[in-house]
This record gives sequence, structure tokens and C-alpha cells, in this order.
Amino acid sequence: MEGQDKVTLVIGVIGADVHAVGNKILNYTFTKAGFNVVNLGVMVSQTEFVEAAVEADADVIMVSSLYGHGEIDVKGLREKCDEAGLNNILLYVGGNIVVGKQNFEEVEKRFLAMGINRAYPPGTDPQTAIKHLAEDLKK
Amino acid sequence: MSIYILTDFGSTYTKMMAVDVDKGEIIAFSKSFTTIETDVTEGYNNALAGIKSQLGDFVPAVFLACSSAAGGLKIVSSGLVPDLTAKASRLAAASAGGKVVKTYSYELTEFEMEEITAINPDIVLLSGGIDGGNKKVLLQNAETIAKTEGDFFVIVAGNRSGAMEARKILEGGGKRVIVCENVMPTFGKLNIDPTKVAIRDLFIENIVSAKGLDKVAGMMDMEIIPTPLAVYEACELLSKGCEGEKGLGELMAYDLGGATCDVYSMADGLPKSGAFISGIQEPFAKRTVEGDIGMRYSLHALYDLICEEGGLGDFDQGDVADWLDICKSNPDVLPQGEYSKYAQIDSSFAGWAIRLSAARHVGYVERIFTPSGEVFSQEGKDLTRVEYIIGSGGAVINAPDPKMILQEASYSPRDLNALKPQNPKILLDKENALAAMGLLARRHPDIALRIMKNSFTEIE
Repeated sequence: MEGQDKVTLVIGVIGADVHAVGNKILNYTFTKAGFNVVNLGVMVSQTEFVEAAVEADADVIMVSSLYGHGEIDVKGLREKCDEAGLNNILLYVGGNIVVGKQNFEEVEKRFLAMGINRAYPPGTDPQTAIKHLAEDLKK
Repeated sequence: MSIYILTDFGSTYTKMMAVDVDKGEIIAFSKSFTTIETDVTEGYNNALAGIKSQLGDFVPAVFLACSSAAGGLKIVSSGLVPDLTAKASRLAAASAGGKVVKTYSYELTEFEMEEITAINPDIVLLSGGIDGGNKKVLLQNAETIAKTEGDFFVIVAGNRSGAMEARKILEGGGKRVIVCENVMPTFGKLNIDPTKVAIRDLFIENIVSAKGLDKVAGMMDMEIIPTPLAVYEACELLSKGCEGEKGLGELMAYDLGGATCDVYSMADGLPKSGAFISGIQEPFAKRTVEGDIGMRYSLHALYDLICEEGGLGDFDQGDVADWLDICKSNPDVLPQGEYSKYAQIDSSFAGWAIRLSAARHVGYVERIFTPSGEVFSQEGKDLTRVEYIIGSGGAVINAPDPKMILQEASYSPRDLNALKPQNPKILLDKENALAAMGLLARRHPDIALRIMKNSFTEIE
């Protein structure tokens, strides 16, 4: 049966962010790469990410953010996942995830400290994430 | 002359209506106490005698019936996440005409197990997980339900990869099991029709006889269906129309009874310009049933809800308490004669019942300010453009001022974000014909539709 042995990703654009184009590209790319994708679209709250991941028994939540408020929008997501029993779920975040031009190494550190497994700067090729998924899911 | 005898076996009364289908008219009414504890045919024959005394000699052509007697079709539903599969299972059970007593989410606890035994449901609807998603909770809950005391059917409508295993577990516990398609096979998409059909079939084939209706079932020309399902079908017909007869378009209906308040909306509910839908997109035909909102058996529960909202302050609290007691000891009481001084209180209760059950049925819109400007997010159905509200049920149709009660169903600036109808016409089902017309529609939809359009009157 389809969906059984595939890796399930929940994807969406978090917060009050309405940037829909990148989300559609990710949906297309990940589906084509053989993942089972649950796409929540734009303006997705933390709760919606968590609830979808529970119902879908997802392996990964992939959060997009384009409008610069990614840091505050993502804060607390790991704790919500723990609370919902999604103990080892992978959390990836990418896009224009902070305001202005900041040193990305610093930014990445802050996201990792929030319990995010991977954080990506603007312009990251989706293939990078696919490569990381293969590594992280093996662990 | 071709006559249909349409019977509604209610918890208190067996209500009967005779329709002349050649003329397309209701020609007689009758009612008698429901005698389901002893022999249901007794009350049925009394009601039929009432019809015969009005019509004289006649040869009825067809007998049809629906029932909500002996507690109605009691269903307990369960799912995983409250706003997702648990909500989907509740919608499925309600659309089949069930009295959804309780909806559970996540893993069932021992306490909830005892609660289910106490509810003594006819059906437990078990769902959870989208296809290919979580199946742990379905299997775990199957284990719990298998151990739960009670003689009920279980419908499994969850993650299909876990369905057969869940069935085995349940059958191991001696439960009778039906497996259905998932109520939410992919994320956010409802699939409630297969479950609706399964519940209907269970009712017809098993529950009717378990409730002591088999004797009268044999006297009918078609199967007995749950009363709310007949009402649901009448509402759908009234909205959509049928061949040769146009419907009214988008509408809502309120059936306020002694134990529950049933709300129906027949409308797509899609957002007006530009709002995003968050959560699941609800179906065109939606029914909700509120077990804690009713005018007699559930009046105390309703009173508690009203107190939370700070209502009923205009009345003498002693009178309110008296009326609560009177209704409790005598659920058939009407605020007339010696009780006429309670009429205002009773009407106010009815208005609150409509207001509170409307709030649980309609969708909500939220305004969000974003860096790119103002956006709107909608949850549930946008019913602001619905053109008709139909009021049914004794407490509404017998009230001195039904319009005041039913107006609580329309949009109010007091509750800005609730997407209630903005300028609806209010119609009154003063003959309480909805259920009977749902029955008649199974053979003659055009005639049922015409009768509804003629007999439902607009109140100014």
C-alpha cells in the first residue's frame, strides 16, 4: 500500500506568512523525490504543524518562513512536539528565517539551540535538504 | 385518492401525518404516547385510530416511518486529534442521524471506558490516523473498546492499514464490528459518506429490532430510518430541489427538542473574498447535534451554559428555579394555563438554546495583521450568505414569539466573528413536518418539496 514505507514530511509556511510559491516548489520537489508529503500551505500555526504530524505519523516537519519572523514563529515548536508525543521527529527550518542580513552561523546556532535539527539560509537548493534527510533518518 | 401515512416514533409521542399525494396536501394529524416499553404497536394503533376518525373510511397506500424512540441512535465517536479525525468522526456520526453523546480524542482512558459503559451506546465509531499515518492510537483504542462492557456495535473508520487488525482485536473482545473507509483518508479531506451509510444500515438491520420496533417495522413499506436522518434528507431536498421543482438554495434549519438541539446547514460555506481556510473544509450538508442543549431533559445543562454567559438576569431567579424544577419533574409540561407565567422564561431559554447551538455550528473568521497587510483566516463554514433559516420543534413553533427566538440564529454585532446568516428570511415549520417530508421524499421528492414550500411560512 502506498504511504506505508515512505518517509512522511509535513511541510508548510509558518505564522502570518503568505508566501506560496516556494511552498509549491517544495511540495513538487519532495513528492517527486519519493516522499509522502502532507502540505499544509501558507499561514500555518505551530499547532497545525503538530496536529498534522500526529495524524500522519510524520518523520519530519519542514517549516518555511520568508518574511523574517521565523525565529519567533518557530520558538517553542520542539516543546510542543515533545508534549504531543512526537519525541524524535526531525525539525527543519528554511527560508528568510531572520530579519536583515545576519551572520548565518550565528543564526543557525540559535535555531539549533531551540531544538531544530537543520536550519537553512536563503537560496538553499531543496536537494541539500534531501541529502540531509537521508543522513538524519539513518541515525 | 392515494394516501401516505407518515409516522415519527419520538421518545414521548408517536406523531402521525396523512398526506394525499394526488392533491399534494397534508390532510390529517394525530399523536399518541409512544409505548415502546410495552408494545410499540399500541401507541401506533392509537395514533392511526386518530387519523381514521378524521378521514373516515380510506385505503392508505403506503406506510413510512422514522424513529428516535428509546433514546434515539446513540453514538460515541472517537478519533486522534480533536480538530482532525475526532471532528471528522463526529461529523460522520451526526450526518447519519446519530445522537452523538460524546466524542473522544487521543488514547481512551479507563475512566472514559467506564463512561462509555454508562452511556450505553448503540454504536461506537472508532477512527484515528490518516491512511499511511498514525495507527497506534487506533489499535490501542481497539484494545480498550474490546474490554469495555456493553452490547454495542463498533464501526472502524480510521487508518486503513490498521483497520483489519483493529477488527480482530475487537472481535476478540466479543464486539460486532464493521470496517469502513477512513473518515479522513488524506490530511484535511473528509470522507464521511461510507460511514454514514454503514450507520444507517446498522440502524435498519439491527438497532430497530433491538429497540423493540421490529413489530411496527414489519408493517411499513420501507425501512424505518432515524428521525434526524429523515430531517437531514428533507433539508437537503428543500435546499437543492429535485427534478421539476426548484429548491430554496442555501439554508439552515434548527430543530429544538426536549433533549437536543439539532442544527443543519445546507451551504458550501466557502470564504467570501480572500479569507484562508484553516482546519478541515466542512461538507455542504452538515448536521450538528447538541446533547446538552434542550428544552426539557437537557434544560438544566442548558441553564448551566447560560449562566456561564451571564444570561437570564432579567428574570426573577426564584421563578427560573421553579420552572427548572417543574420541567424536571414533568418533561411534557407546556408554559400554558397555570404555568403561563413562565412563558417568557421558557422563550428566553429557547432563544439561548438557538444562540448557543448556532455558535457551535457556524464558522469563525479571525483578522490577522501581517507584515504584508491585513489577512483573514476562516475556520468552519461561512454561512453569512445563507438566505433561509427554518425553525422546527415544539419549543420554537408553539412559542408566542418564534421570531425573537430564531433571530438568535442570525448575525449579530455582539458576536462579530461568528459567520451566521446576515439577512435571512425566517421560516416556521409550524406543522412540524420536516421529518415526515423527509420520509415522503423517499418516494415522492417533488410532492414533499412542494408541501414544504407551501407550509413553511415566513414570519415578519
